Amino acid sequence: MKSSRKVEPLSGNYAVAYAVKSIDVDVISAYPITPQTTIVEKLAEFVANGELDAEYLHVESEHSAMSAAIGAAASGARVFTATSSQGLALMYETLFIASGMRLPIVMALVARALSAPINIWNDHSDLMASQDTGWVQLVSTNNQEAYDLTIMAYKLSEHSEVSLPTMVALDGYIQSHTIEPVQLEDEELVRKFVPKRKKEYVLDPEKPISMGNLGDPDWYYEFKVQQVEAMERAKRVFREINSEFKSLFNRSYEPFEVVYGDDADTILVVMGAHTGTFIKATKTARSEGIKVGIGILRMLRPFPDEVVKHLSQYDYVGVADKSIYFGSPSSSFLTSDITTALHLEGSNTRVATYIYGIGGRVLRLEDALFIIKNLWRISKRLEEYSKKPVFVGVRY
Amino acid sequence: MPIRIWDIPREEYFHSGHRLCPGCGAGIIMRHLSKALGGRGIIAHATGCVEVSTSYYPESSWRVPWIHVAFENAAAVASGIDAAVNALRRKGLLPKEKEIRVVAVAGDGGTFDIGFQALSGMLERGHDVLYVVYDNEAYMNTGIQRSGSTPFGAWTTTTPSGKSWAYGEWRPKYRKDLLFVAMAHNIPYYATINPAYITDLYEKIIKALSIKGPKLIHAYSPCPPGWRINDDDTIRVSKLAVLTGVWINLEYENGIVKVTTPVPKRKPVEEYLKIQGRFRHLTKEAVEIAQRLVDEYVERINKLVGKEVIGPVEK
Repeated sequence: MKSSRKVEPLSGNYAVAYAVKSIDVDVISAYPITPQTTIVEKLAEFVANGELDAEYLHVESEHSAMSAAIGAAASGARVFTATSSQGLALMYETLFIASGMRLPIVMALVARALSAPINIWNDHSDLMASQDTGWVQLVSTNNQEAYDLTIMAYKLSEHSEVSLPTMVALDGYIQSHTIEPVQLEDEELVRKFVPKRKKEYVLDPEKPISMGNLGDPDWYYEFKVQQVEAMERAKRVFREINSEFKSLFNRSYEPFEVVYGDDADTILVVMGAHTGTFIKATKTARSEGIKVGIGILRMLRPFPDEVVKHLSQYDYVGVADKSIYFGSPSSSFLTSDITTALHLEGSNTRVATYIYGIGGRVLRLEDALFIIKNLWRISKRLEEYSKKPVFVGVRY
Repeated sequence: MPIRIWDIPREEYFHSGHRLCPGCGAGIIMRHLSKALGGRGIIAHATGCVEVSTSYYPESSWRVPWIHVAFENAAAVASGIDAAVNALRRKGLLPKEKEIRVVAVAGDGGTFDIGFQALSGMLERGHDVLYVVYDNEAYMNTGIQRSGSTPFGAWTTTTPSGKSWAYGEWRPKYRKDLLFVAMAHNIPYYATINPAYITDLYEKIIKALSIKGPKLIHAYSPCPPGWRINDDDTIRVSKLAVLTGVWINLEYENGIVKVTTPVPKRKPVEEYLKIQGRFRHLTKEAVEIAQRLVDEYVERINKLVGKEVIGPVEK
């Protein structure tokens, strides 16, 4: 048998579609929303051509997209759906139900700003607003990662010790519509890596069970704490899956990875497609003796333990966040999480917040350089630290 | 040969011990629906009275596989189950010969109002799903609030009668009519059922389950606490609904509407209204409006059928 392994120039959306094809999903529930749409378009092509044997559901809303995904997953099928922004917001109710019912649904989230004003460009508002829904959240930084993490997401979600839905995020346009070379793996090998889902606890007339029952105060709490434990286990299971993935495909993804960190004076935590820009900026800054490591957060939920280990050795670290957490102490979701994690471990490290890229505001290399230099100056006490966020690139 | 009462299987798939109110019409409907489904179906249930009363963890009244997800999405969940069954069967992950019938169940709130879009999508896409709405004419689970199915003049907690609202907040109006919704979606089968006509009810469910494609069954479902009737008046009020023309037992199949319980001479609507506390506040004038609305509805159905299957009011 000829291997289907090849490198293809692919947009992030097509990379996700290829991953979904390679793991042989059974049901796709699809609803269009910019900039996600080309994922479900490509999948429709695969199904129409007979390249992928799946039921393709043209649902009438994102709420129904997730509802149908829940019904199909509860019936034992491997399910995929994809959304963005307002679509994710419309799904909100059912996101909690998917995780509460412990269904291994995988969804691509093409990250985009939330209305109002309506804005179809990239930031992390949608991703961050769904971090409390009980889903595992993996965040890719390039199209190869979007492909790889989608494959790994199925293995993670369907793992008997996890049994949670997983969201794989890629940034709108910057990834979704930008073409990069993507190593597509041999489909047979991918299917060996993610074998067909085991059918436990599914709707079957021969073994009738009830799902989605009413849980009163005597029971509800226990179900929720089980979700907490599953989240905790997901950290270890992801590491195991990652090393298996590495041995098969020779690529690996740390939930939190630091680059240029060895001799750095501080670390800037980033997430998503702008990672490359920040890495380029930090490389540039090194010629001036400014040494800032870049901490790449690939797993937002569950929040990786490694973050504190890496950050607590510095007095000051920085966070670049592409979303706004209105009314919170730092206006940043990431800063809130990281500060909490540091504090819980007894660390006095202080976190400087840089908000950028809101509603697709372009992050120029100079902007990234400004962030890196500013953070470095704070770490060297050449600049006063402020708990207030810096709104990078805002026009007043 | 029509079904007789002893043709209905004795085997129960809907356990006793559920927490529905005494005299609940929905209980009768669910019991017979699950009998018809037997060991060959999956039910997707919307949030509502029946859902909370039959699935109180760690108990369940259901001996058929059963799933509840949310209020507005029973049709979408059922669509997903239908898709999964098709895919798994085609891929050899489910035996090809295994019969699996997918059923969605929702109340009137979950159908006429919040679930209307999901229902329309499911019907339009042509899923092989039977959708059953048990219609108790208000949001009973949350405590009797008006829905898109609440009839003219009915008291509910959000349509109380008062100085400014003589008949609740009502102006004379029809309820949403699911028959025309079904017709607009061109589905192969639609029927109305009523617990007072149990063999007709059972026969229609069996028939619906034998038809491929989307099917819609609208079930009349009295609610003693919400309608302010006695627990033992469920069947009496169900029968009166048919005899007065308030409810018409009918079928829509292959583009043809057929009334399955013809009523040559109707009783006045007042007889139906007066045994229910929810209509107690209605004035003579309001009762006349209610009668006129039923007359118009009867005329509409007779026109569709092409003859006078529901007759005039008996003087």
